[in-house]
Amino acid sequence: MNSNLYALLGLVVAVSFIMALKGLSAPKTARRGNLIGAAGATLATVIVFFEPGAEHHNTLLIILAIAFGVIVGVPAARKVQMTQMPQLVALFNGVGGGAAALVSIVEYLTHSDENTAAVIATVFTVVVGSISFSGSVITFLKLQEIMTTRPVVFPGGRFVIAATLVGVLGTSVWVVQSGGNTPLLVMGLLSLAFGVLFVLPVGGADVPIVISLLNAFTGLTVAAGGYVLDSTLLIVAGTLVGASGTILTRLMAAAMGRSLFGTLFGAFTAKPQEISAAGEARSVKSSSPDDVAILLNYAQRVVIVPGFGLAVAQAQHTVRELADILAEKGIDVAYGIHPVAGRMPGHMNVLLAEANVPYEQLVEMEEVNPTFPQTDVVLVVGANDVVNPAAKTTPGCPIYGMPILDVAQAGNVIFLKRSMRPGFAGIENELLYDPKTSLLFGDAKDSLTKVVNALKAL
Amino acid sequence: MSSIVILTIFVLSVFIGFEVVSKVSTTLHTPLMSGANAIHGIILFGAIMVADKSTTTLTTSLSIAAIVLATINMVGGFVVTDRMLEMFKGKGGKK
Repeated sequence: MNSNLYALLGLVVAVSFIMALKGLSAPKTARRGNLIGAAGATLATVIVFFEPGAEHHNTLLIILAIAFGVIVGVPAARKVQMTQMPQLVALFNGVGGGAAALVSIVEYLTHSDENTAAVIATVFTVVVGSISFSGSVITFLKLQEIMTTRPVVFPGGRFVIAATLVGVLGTSVWVVQSGGNTPLLVMGLLSLAFGVLFVLPVGGADVPIVISLLNAFTGLTVAAGGYVLDSTLLIVAGTLVGASGTILTRLMAAAMGRSLFGTLFGAFTAKPQEISAAGEARSVKSSSPDDVAILLNYAQRVVIVPGFGLAVAQAQHTVRELADILAEKGIDVAYGIHPVAGRMPGHMNVLLAEANVPYEQLVEMEEVNPTFPQTDVVLVVGANDVVNPAAKTTPGCPIYGMPILDVAQAGNVIFLKRSMRPGFAGIENELLYDPKTSLLFGDAKDSLTKVVNALKAL
Repeated sequence: MSSIVILTIFVLSVFIGFEVVSKVSTTLHTPLMSGANAIHGIILFGAIMVADKSTTTLTTSLSIAAIVLATINMVGGFVVTDRMLEMFKGKGGKK
């Protein structure tokens, strides 16, 4: 292919990616944007075979490899449940980082005569790509609950991590200075180890931030890979992802009221959680589905606060049914969405959208908080940490400083919970013992179905 | 390509990225993440480039592995993002 035409088509692909991200500024245009991005990616995959310098080795093998990737990737994407979305994103991110590292390694093995700048870019790609790969795998294992969601801390862990990081940096310098394959191999392995060690101590509630950060990492890896391969398209696309991941990571850290550094290294400095023995002795007010139905029936404004428990119980459809019945009775219903409810940014929005909740009803924290004093009933469905006043009142607790949904300002608070077990962050919630709070124990979906039936009977 | 051209492209891309993404509605943060994720699957482009020029068994195996991983990332990412976005409907668009 003519090299100008080739470069021009590459530009078309880069623009399609910008349009894909731009489309996401509103739900209306988002889907079209994503399709434009997908079309661009397909175009890129076709034109690369006609690259001006192409040597056409392994063409059949390449096509088979792509077919195999499609056979694995598409069913995974089609079948995944919305509750498991964070794991899938983590996994896709990890394989992307791994692919970028491999590409740079191949380029390094093929061209030993690269200039220093290209070797530095290679080192960056291999290090960050490997960290992204192994870190994402650990994130996946945590989210899938194959391993514990609690921070994993071992004695001297801080020093092991620091030593590994020093090792990664040391071998990086070694690769740049002396070249050769052994230094690169050692550096890659140390980077993989660092990725594992760096995610292990991150607590469950902070995992969304880590996914977002690793996403930014993979983006930058791809950009550096673009430098190594002299490809403008990879530089632009990778940088776009790096920038978007960085913004999202910062937004999420702000939504949790903590610094990025505190999130990543918090487990090493935090004191072990004190477990209050008094908790079990205190009494809570438990309620019946009929009581809840009556309370809702005479309310004027109801706010539903969903959390990960809603996802676990697959209760999003039942919640919508309840909201529809209330709306028919002329009651004002909204969903109060905390930015980090669930296990990735905006997770609750996706779950509720799945249940056909119109997105106008999904209200962000800043907008819903001032309305709580005028709200009669707040229904907390499987959420805990995001409404826990300890974030405001208890300095030193793991979520201290996190902005929360001020549900305590509402007239009544009803918690739908499976048990008295604390939330993901493992902190006792004082609000449960508040006189205006009542608890409806049981699986969120069962409880909601009972409330819906009771409401219909009224 | 000269380093200064590459630097220019990089810096401008950072600004475009920040500008475009800061306008993304918070409701769509999950699709943003999976969409951005799909975009970095474009490393497939690079993986095919190196596989196309690879002549030794080692580099071919590594680049073929990269192609499989990158395809999963890219295709899976776009499909799952589309599935999510399909679900977002306004009041008028209810089934």
